[in-house]
Amino acid sequence: MSNAKPKVAFYWCASCGGCEESIVDLAEDILKVVAAVDIVFWPVALDFKKKDVEAMPDGSIAVSFINGAIRLSDQEEMVKMLRRKSGLVVAHGACSHMGGIPGLANFWNKETIFRRSYYTTPSTDNPDKVVPLEKTVYDGKELTLPSFFDTVYSLDQVIDVDYYLPGCAPPRDLILNAVTAILEGKLPPKGSVLAPNKSECETCDRNKTKPEKLSIKEIKRTWEIILDPEKCFLAQGVICMGPATRDGCGHRCINGNMPCRGCFGPTDQVYDQGAKFLSALASILDTNDEKEMDRIVQSIVDPAGTFYRFSLPKSLLGRKRMETIK
Amino acid sequence: MSNATFEPRLVGFLCNWCSYTGADLAGTARMTYAPNVRIIRVMCSGRVDPQFVLKAFKEGADGVLISGCHLGDCHYQEGNYKALRRYKLLSRVLEQFGIEKERFRLEWISAAEGIKFQQVCNEFTEQIRRMGPLNLGPNGGKHE
Repeated sequence: MSNAKPKVAFYWCASCGGCEESIVDLAEDILKVVAAVDIVFWPVALDFKKKDVEAMPDGSIAVSFINGAIRLSDQEEMVKMLRRKSGLVVAHGACSHMGGIPGLANFWNKETIFRRSYYTTPSTDNPDKVVPLEKTVYDGKELTLPSFFDTVYSLDQVIDVDYYLPGCAPPRDLILNAVTAILEGKLPPKGSVLAPNKSECETCDRNKTKPEKLSIKEIKRTWEIILDPEKCFLAQGVICMGPATRDGCGHRCINGNMPCRGCFGPTDQVYDQGAKFLSALASILDTNDEKEMDRIVQSIVDPAGTFYRFSLPKSLLGRKRMETIK
Repeated sequence: MSNATFEPRLVGFLCNWCSYTGADLAGTARMTYAPNVRIIRVMCSGRVDPQFVLKAFKEGADGVLISGCHLGDCHYQEGNYKALRRYKLLSRVLEQFGIEKERFRLEWISAAEGIKFQQVCNEFTEQIRRMGPLNLGPNGGKHE
């Protein structure tokens, strides 16, 4: 009766591999998943090829879990194909959900990234100025590479996405809940993020140490002070994205005495995580003196990169204005 | 679009208690001024969520103005100080997105300052006219 088992595919795009690891990290629970489904495509672990997917009838895969952002033309092609072949598509992890860390490249474009990567990094030795080309003729044969976009996209900016599993990487319990919900057909409305819709601070153990009125005079980076393991990070003057970030991560960073960086993205009520955090942070700066405001604001290193660390492609502006990139 | 035919599209968030009343005064006094600022009345300049500003730019504004009561005169004690702190931080973030800080302006205009409202509208419009359109298409102007 193996034909009756739902077919599942896993695919990766612009990602680090951590999301693949999050599936392997299901440990013995993965055996339950494997027993319940047929894995028909998983390039990182199983030897299936693109042509195997091409040969499948449209809609024959029950669900595709796709991680990583979209930055190359082959990724766009593969996810469009998986979309056709799949009943459900789940954006697995922060990069596919919002663009993630690769999405920070939207502060540059193809030209500036290539210049930096292939010419000007201190470790680059490239006297012939060789850069990857989409077409090369070598030994009479034409070789091709995918094209590199100026802009990194989240998965839902390229194909229709049914559900989102947030996180860098998504935690085990959320993945298992999602798989169980799919197998049992008990899914929330389409477009849902499969995690609680509340801010991380609501369940944070450090919340009780937060003073009634948060106010900070100095913004510090984590290496500049000895971090108190129990006190609210914002009360210590350290940027913690918790107030603008969705809950459900299990507070892995905070329990490791590191502030939240925002990988779960915002709650449903928020369009732009970075703007919302900016708003919260500016509100608690403890000064009404303009010069002092300037000093504190200037002391923040890379505010846009910090507030949009995982969500730049999905932010309202999406990327830096192309015409201003030099 | 050439700058000769370019009419700046500006969005102005005006607080209910001072700046909107100031704009109203400019109107009832029949002052003439550049009609480019599309006014959105908010209860306080401190109510202006940075998302509003980003959305205005995303949807085609060439410049965004926030205007509230003079410092010390806020109807809600210190909403305008909050607006000022957000303005300073958001200006830095906008520059990282390639949106010049001159396109985002904060002004204190009281209910009695119809003339100041007239001046701000004229100045801002001319400044943005000189700078040219923002050209912020989908995803910052360019799609593959």
